[in-house]
Amino acid sequence: MPCNQIPVVTLVLLAFSCSVFSADKIIHRQKSLYRNIVVQESGSQRCLIFAVRKGDRNQTCMDMDEPEKIVFPYVRMTFAGLLVNPEPRSILVIGLGGGTIPTVLAELFSEVPMDVVEIDPAVVEVARQFFDYKERTGVTVHVQDARIYIKRAGLLKKQYDMIILDAFTGDYIPEHLMTMEFLQETRTLLTESGVLVANTFSTSDLYDHESVTYDAVFEEFINFKMPGSMNRVIITARNSLPSRRVLRDRANQIAGRLDTYSIPIANYIPYLSKRKDWRKNTRPLTDQFSPANLLQGRQTP
Amino acid sequence: MRNSLINPLVYCLAFTSGTIIMSVELLGGRILSPWFGSSIYVWGSIITIFMLSLSAGYLIGGRLSLVNANLGRYGLFFILAAFTLIPTIFFGDTLMDSVFVRIEDPRYGSLVTSTLLFFLPTAVLGMVSPYSVRLLVENTNHSGHVAGRLYFVSTLGSALGTLVTSFYLVLYFEVNQILGTMVLILVVGGIASIAAFFWQAKQDVM
Repeated sequence: MPCNQIPVVTLVLLAFSCSVFSADKIIHRQKSLYRNIVVQESGSQRCLIFAVRKGDRNQTCMDMDEPEKIVFPYVRMTFAGLLVNPEPRSILVIGLGGGTIPTVLAELFSEVPMDVVEIDPAVVEVARQFFDYKERTGVTVHVQDARIYIKRAGLLKKQYDMIILDAFTGDYIPEHLMTMEFLQETRTLLTESGVLVANTFSTSDLYDHESVTYDAVFEEFINFKMPGSMNRVIITARNSLPSRRVLRDRANQIAGRLDTYSIPIANYIPYLSKRKDWRKNTRPLTDQFSPANLLQGRQTP
Repeated sequence: MRNSLINPLVYCLAFTSGTIIMSVELLGGRILSPWFGSSIYVWGSIITIFMLSLSAGYLIGGRLSLVNANLGRYGLFFILAAFTLIPTIFFGDTLMDSVFVRIEDPRYGSLVTSTLLFFLPTAVLGMVSPYSVRLLVENTNHSGHVAGRLYFVSTLGSALGTLVTSFYLVLYFEVNQILGTMVLILVVGGIASIAAFFWQAKQDVM
C-alpha cells in the first residue's frame, strides 16, 4: 500500500467508526412506575431499552428505513407458533414492548380479535409515540398485570387460539408469570387447537427450572433454539403437537406471507426439537417456590 | 440472679418477634402476587396494613402491661400470634380466590386481603414491644435506656428477617414451609416464656 493512501484509509475508518459508535442518540427518557424507559437511536435503528445492562438490554428495535422488517431473531422465532396453528381466530399477547409482535400479527390476521396485556401505561405511550404502534380494529390493549388478566379471563371463560408470553422486566420474566399455577391458568384459556408461545432465555440455572415447569403443565413442548442465540422459544399446545412433517408442510404454505417480515420460517424446522435437554431432577417453579430472579444469576456447571 | 436469666429471654423473644414480622411482610408480597400482581400498590397495601396493625398492637400491648404484667401472659402473645398465622397457610388461597372474585380493583383487593391475612398476627406481635419494656424496666430512671435497647434488638431482628427471607429462604423453601417454621418458633418462644414464668413463681415461693 502506497504511503500517501494511509491517511485516506484512516479517515474512512474514522468516519465509519464514528457512524457506528457515536451515533447512539437517546431521543426519549422516561421514569415509569416500573422502570426507566429509554428510547435510543443508532443509525436507522430505534430501540426501546428497559434496564441498562450489558448484553440483552434492548427490548425492541425497529429499523426506521424498513419498519416492516423484524430486527431481533427471537421476535422472528416467536412466529414459529404459527406452525402449530396457522390460522388463529383469537390471539392474546402478554407484554407489548415496542408493539412488534401485535403489529405483525394484526397485519397477518386482520380483523382477528386480539387482546394485548401490558402492565406499564408508559410503555403503551412510548410504543405509540416512538414505534408507530397503532391499535387496529379488533385489537385491545389492557393495562394490567398479566397474572390478574389471565385469572380473570379464566373466570370469564375466555378462549384463545394463540397465546404469546413475552413479558420482560428488563431483568427477566416476572416471577409470578413463570410458575406452574400460572401456566395452568394460561392453559385453560387455550382452545382445543390453541398454541402457546413463550419467549425465554436458554442460559443460567433458570433454564432447567423453567423447562421442568413447562414439562409438568404441558405434555410436551417444542424447545426452539437457534445457534448463536441465547433465546429459547417454547412452543406448546392445549393438545398434542403436530408431527415434523406437518410442521414442514405448514412452513412451506405460510413462508411467502412471512417473507415481508424477514421471518425465515422454513429454516426453523431442523431446530424445532422435542428433546429434553435439561436436568430433570430440578424443582419446578410454583407460587410457593419461585426464586426465578435469584436463579437467573446462577450457573451450575 | 433472676433478672440475669429473665432479661436475656425477653430480649431474645423481642428479637424473634422483630424477625418474624418482617419475614411475614416480605412473604406477603409473594403470597398476594398470584392474585393481585406484584405492582407497587400491592406493596402499598401490605406495608399500610403492617403499619396499622403494629400501631394497634403497640397501643393494646401498652395497655395490657398496666395490670399484672408477667412472663406468662407475655408467652401467650407468642402462642396467639402463632395461631393467627396458621389460617394464611391453610386458607390463604381460598380466601384470596373469594376476594379476587368479589373485588375487581387489585388495589382494594390486595388491601382487603392483607387486612384479613396479616392484621391479627402482626398486631399481636406488635403487642410484644411495649410489654417487653414493661417486663424489663425496673425504675423510671433507666426506662429510656431499656426502651432504646429493646428497639435496637427488635429492629435488628427485623433487618435479619428481611435479609434472610429475601436472599436465602425463598431460594430453598416454599412459602408455607417458611410460615410453618415461624409458627413453630413462635410456639417454642411462647412455651419458653411461660415456663420461665412458672420457674420464677417457684423461686418466689422458695
